[in-house]
Amino acid sequence: MRERFTAVTAELLDSDPNVALVLADIGVAQFRDTGVIDRSPGRVVNVGIREQLLIGFAAGMAKEGFKPIAHSYAPFLVERPWEQIRLDFGHQGVSGILVSIGATYDEADWGRTHQAPEDVQLLAMLPDWRIHVPGHPDEVEAQLRAAVTDDANVYIRLSTQTNESAYLTGGPGFSTIRTGSGDAPTVVAVGPMLDVVTRATADLDVTLLYANTIRPFDSETLRAVMQVPEVVLVEPYLEGTSTAEVSGLLQAVPHRVLSLGTSRKENRHYGTPSEHFAAHGLDESGIRNSITEFTAQRIPA
Amino acid sequence: MANATSSSNTGLGYEDLPRLMTLMTGDEKHSFSATSTLDVLWVLYSQVLNIDPDHPDDPARDRFLLSKGHGPMAYYAVLAARGFIPVDALPTFAQYDSILGKHPDSILVPGVEIGSGSLGHGLPIATGMANGLKARGSDSQVFCLVGDAESDEGSGFEAIAMAARLKLGGLTAIVIDNKSDQNGWPGGISSRFAVEGWSTSDVDGRDHGAIHEALVTPHSDRPHVVVASVESK
Repeated sequence: MRERFTAVTAELLDSDPNVALVLADIGVAQFRDTGVIDRSPGRVVNVGIREQLLIGFAAGMAKEGFKPIAHSYAPFLVERPWEQIRLDFGHQGVSGILVSIGATYDEADWGRTHQAPEDVQLLAMLPDWRIHVPGHPDEVEAQLRAAVTDDANVYIRLSTQTNESAYLTGGPGFSTIRTGSGDAPTVVAVGPMLDVVTRATADLDVTLLYANTIRPFDSETLRAVMQVPEVVLVEPYLEGTSTAEVSGLLQAVPHRVLSLGTSRKENRHYGTPSEHFAAHGLDESGIRNSITEFTAQRIPA
Repeated sequence: MANATSSSNTGLGYEDLPRLMTLMTGDEKHSFSATSTLDVLWVLYSQVLNIDPDHPDDPARDRFLLSKGHGPMAYYAVLAARGFIPVDALPTFAQYDSILGKHPDSILVPGVEIGSGSLGHGLPIATGMANGLKARGSDSQVFCLVGDAESDEGSGFEAIAMAARLKLGGLTAIVIDNKSDQNGWPGGISSRFAVEGWSTSDVDGRDHGAIHEALVTPHSDRPHVVVASVESK
């Protein structure tokens, strides 16, 4: 995903004089290799390890009519300068694009400082942000190209975890992967979780949706495909991030929601993303067991 | 665009500002903060900024950012005197439907470039704006007013460091020094800018002539800071 982001951003900078790129050291080497830094004087700026400035500076560029893309590791792009994001973009009425690397446990072996399971929930607190969680480089490209023409603030969350295939719907809506029987629960797999969820539910009776855009939340598709008011969310970041969206959709009817994601408890280990996801029950067997148990707990009609 | 040095059509001048400020009540806590900026704001809006109240969004305008959003009564009084907002709006200060809050909101108030109040946001935004204008080849200038205590914020120092490296000659910071900072500035505030390559001026924040001279001092491709000292808080 990161390579595609770099290539497409360089192309956008070359083709659109209103696109700008603001970096905080991270990614400078990759963009230097494209030559786009030299080709875009004043529009590609590395502010150094200054993440508050990264956001404020990008917002200032936006106020002058540029579409800034700000890029860094997720904890430093979203968590540290969160107030700058809230005020310098949202409150000032300008928009930009944030593109992160280091999603959740992508950099698990670097320890807690570089683990970022909270970013989506933080941004989801803010109004009108479009939050993309792509599962494939082709989805990154489509989302990035759409973002530069979008008046909304956009977050694109790159990950080293990817699915085998891209799902390009031409829009931000959920994709229906398969439809279960009349009393099957609906499982929403977000971004890179799709392949593992597909394997985990291969012989379970579920309707499976795929979401690579989680805000705005596609309640319309969920409502349309849902057979019964039972929903399982499988998100590759903090558990419960989208639970309120489902509860809001189903507030008029008795319903059940299972929210799978990373727990709030710090898992004080290094290792690999797979090891951390397994520790949070987000590997194939963990997901399968959780959904099976959820289904078995169904209250008889 | 009208030159801001010409008289505004309100007929209001510097001598009217104290009366205009008294129309706004309820934020006495920030009265020191408000009066500390009054003279710099007046010189900016009456003699320096290339702005037009009839076209507050003109792309060719100069930009002024009140980063230190605390105590905006002086700012609102100047904006009213210069014709950006009606004088009638001043008595609505801080009321639910008012456009004038205890911290300014750029979406609500014509001519206000940024909503501020949380300290340390203005100078980073101003740096991005100055860079954006430079990238477009614009001659518009960006002025950003901060407080001496606000200058404690790390985000401001991030901007100070980068602005000089980017050779943002279109950027001027104004620090109102009313000794609000509890820990002081060894070597003086301007030295913190100078070490990063800024051009600096230290002036009496009540001396209109000195303020004007400092604000229009040529500084080539270096950002410029004017430290305007006023009576201690």
